[in-house]
Amino acid sequence: MTALLEVEDLRVAYGKIEAVKGISFTVQQGEVVTLIGTNGAGKTTTLRTLSGLLKPLSGKITFDGKPLTGVPAHKIVAMGLAHSPEGRRIFPRLSIAENLQLGAFLRSDKAGIEKDIQRAYDLFPILGERRKQAAGTLSGGEQQMLAMGRALMSQPKLLMLDEPSMGLSPIMMQKIMATIAELKSQGTTILLVEQNAQAALSLADHGHVMEVGSVVLSGTGQDLLHDESVRKAYLGED
Amino acid sequence: MHTLPQQLANGLFLGSMYGLIAIGYTMVYGIVQLINFAHGEIFMTGGFGALTVYFYVLPDGTSMWIALPAMLIGGALVAVLIAVGAERFAYRPLRGAPRLAPLITAIGLSLALQQVVFNYFPDAKNDRTFPQLTSQTYDLGSVHVQSGQLFVIIAAPICMAALGFFVRLSRTGRAMQATAQDPDTAQLMGIDTNRIIVIAFAIGGIFAAVAAVAYGLRYGQIKYDMGFQMGLKAFTAAVLGGIGNIYGAMLGGVVLGLAETLATAYIDGIPGMQQLGGGSWAPVWAFVLLIVVLLVRPQGLLGERVADRA
Repeated sequence: MTALLEVEDLRVAYGKIEAVKGISFTVQQGEVVTLIGTNGAGKTTTLRTLSGLLKPLSGKITFDGKPLTGVPAHKIVAMGLAHSPEGRRIFPRLSIAENLQLGAFLRSDKAGIEKDIQRAYDLFPILGERRKQAAGTLSGGEQQMLAMGRALMSQPKLLMLDEPSMGLSPIMMQKIMATIAELKSQGTTILLVEQNAQAALSLADHGHVMEVGSVVLSGTGQDLLHDESVRKAYLGED
Repeated sequence: MHTLPQQLANGLFLGSMYGLIAIGYTMVYGIVQLINFAHGEIFMTGGFGALTVYFYVLPDGTSMWIALPAMLIGGALVAVLIAVGAERFAYRPLRGAPRLAPLITAIGLSLALQQVVFNYFPDAKNDRTFPQLTSQTYDLGSVHVQSGQLFVIIAAPICMAALGFFVRLSRTGRAMQATAQDPDTAQLMGIDTNRIIVIAFAIGGIFAAVAAVAYGLRYGQIKYDMGFQMGLKAFTAAVLGGIGNIYGAMLGGVVLGLAETLATAYIDGIPGMQQLGGGSWAPVWAFVLLIVVLLVRPQGLLGERVADRA
């Protein structure tokens, strides 16, 4: 079976500094795959390259059977790859409803868009209550919900989430993780980048541990969760 | 001696013109953080475009009621072409370059446009007479309104309202807001930000052309270097109103126009300041106002505080 996303020997550099040094991994339809690792491991760089915001030095990216390298970012969304970026990056001076509508920018089925906005409000009721409010006035966790809801609005084949739990309170983090689990149970394919390795690995089918630009360890979520070196390095046990 | 209502009216007319030009500075800055210093010359070419339509395209003796819309369209076409061309060939290759590079390019482009018009437009070395709607002035109580002023006072609010609706309600307008707030994330929504940038330049060109026609109607003549002073004032207006904010640009323009007109008319009446009156001091008052406002509100009258992108 061919994978939905196939990354082969991907290398990305900022100027002369190579941030991603030849990584390979795949994401199968319906799977949750996570990339874990410390700051500066190259996780965000990988996602930004997949969504076309960065140009790779070399390597091959195949999504849904088509090559992604060289395709501009705004066309990659149209192919079914949605990216909820690190730091949430909602549009602060637009309302919540307008943010969600922008997530559906390339769609023209008005009724379908309305239905999906309603779905986002069902998934995150707080967004529905505040739909007319400027998105910049939301709390960090609420902004994260909006960012995820907005990414879903494009009806993606693959949803990429970059650090959805960053800077959130433990309760809010649990909520977000529960939502990801719910999306997974609905069959959404997700590529999840997280520093919170415990949470990410517990719901992932597959995981890859990144260190300074390389994948150093791969396995199923459960395997990695019980791997001794992972426990030491990322789960705070000694 | 003009009355106070007359001075206010004059200031409003002048300010509306500044505001129309300022839109071009503020839209481009809001989206690509670039000060397009060649925008004054885009304004100027819009004026010459309109002039070309009148003298070289339309048959002699065409009624001004037909000629005026044709001149607006012709002027806008030329200004949009120059603005979009400047974006494509002068600024886009420098995106991602240090800020100084496009700034210097803009100044170079500005000089180049002036020289091209000066050397190649028939008789542009002298002031070119701009066709007039009518030589009649209208009296509204104690206020005399000349036809060019009447034009700008009608055109500016229409343009402004149209732009406001476009930006707030249309799909493209919303994409413009998104691009201004976060260009990377806008791309992740599927927005072609290059296209949005082109549209911002084009809108600036249209507004500049309307202002140029207003200028020609108001002063009766246009010149290859008319973009310099007007561009500088309009840029001041954009900063005064809060650069990046379209309503700020219009407000900044009107405030600046009023301040200049009133200062020119009345400041020499203040004891000890007799020597500071007259039109040649107008730019001084414009910049005094800018400095005072920026001391109190660095973000400009309607500007956003810069910190909201955290």
